[in-house]
Amino acid sequence: MPQPADGDPGGANTPGLAALFFAFSGIALMGFGGVLPWARRMMVEQKGWMSSDEFAELLSLCQFLPGGNIINLAVVVGQRTNGLLGAIVAVAGLMMSPVVIVLLFGSAYLRYGHLPEVHAALGGVAAAAAGLILSMAAKMARPLFDRGAVVPLGVAVAAFFGVAVFSFSLPAVVLVLAPASIALAWRKSA
Amino acid sequence: MSEDDSVLWSLAILFAGISFFAIGGVNALLPEMHRQVVDVQGWMSSDRFADLFAIAQASPGPNLIIVSLIGWEVGRVPGAIVATLAMLGPTSVLAYYVGQVWHRFRYARWRVAIQNGLVPVTIGLVAAASFVLARAADTGPITVALTLGTAVALYFTRLHPLIFLAAGAALGVVGLI
Repeated sequence: MPQPADGDPGGANTPGLAALFFAFSGIALMGFGGVLPWARRMMVEQKGWMSSDEFAELLSLCQFLPGGNIINLAVVVGQRTNGLLGAIVAVAGLMMSPVVIVLLFGSAYLRYGHLPEVHAALGGVAAAAAGLILSMAAKMARPLFDRGAVVPLGVAVAAFFGVAVFSFSLPAVVLVLAPASIALAWRKSA
Repeated sequence: MSEDDSVLWSLAILFAGISFFAIGGVNALLPEMHRQVVDVQGWMSSDRFADLFAIAQASPGPNLIIVSLIGWEVGRVPGAIVATLAMLGPTSVLAYYVGQVWHRFRYARWRVAIQNGLVPVTIGLVAAASFVLARAADTGPITVALTLGTAVALYFTRLHPLIFLAAGAALGVVGLI
């Protein structure tokens, strides 16, 4: 029988509704720029709700589905442990504090946003955050470069130009490129 | 129908509609949000969008809270609630049901092909998000250097992203932006 790795109790515990709510609140509040690593740490290592393998399986599901990955994770973990009510409670735990905090920041912005210093500070944050997102795109693209996957890289470039340069609507770009790209991936998997 | 109601309906339809195109996460939607909110609906300037994006990035929580903030800017607290629920409701229902049958097709060839096929599209959309936001935040060479410098540093190191957001804020406060 495989032994769970260090810090992986193997998923022996099942949370109740209150535990779900507070766990997802905690995950949300710790996560700046990406909450998924925190989700893994809490659910696999600290609480023992699932094994590493189960988490990996859930992650592939949540990245496959449209929408926020961490939202999908909250829905599925809530559903598997406590049914419909669990899914609702987990998502509420995940969203409530962050939404309240961001709206408080928004109210402060309404009051002080006209100050040149505030606007300039936010401009700096936005410019840096754009860089953060660019680094994410580059990290995702790296395996394609390593494999020399020219056609998928072409799809990525086409999506970039369609949206960023030509300002086509996102549904139009996705509905044209995604089926073609999926068909290519299907042929390759034969 | 009052004007308030019609704005709330517009928010609901917009975000519920685009939520299904959030492939690989919410960041893929940022260019479309910018296009819709600034160009199509005319709810705010590109400058304002960049400010809201910065506030959302500097707040803890899922990336999706940019949607709450856009809803708030357009329709205050009701707008925030409507936009947030519209964004996460329909895809959550999908996740709720797919999660229960996932084991049946986790290794299915079509499932793997869909996921692999969507990766390049996601990469292009996320790169487009950074381009659209960098342009919205662009006030000159310093902001462009900040964007590119942050991207290079975060690609090659494991430094915490907040360091760079804080550095950006500091550059702004001292008047370099």
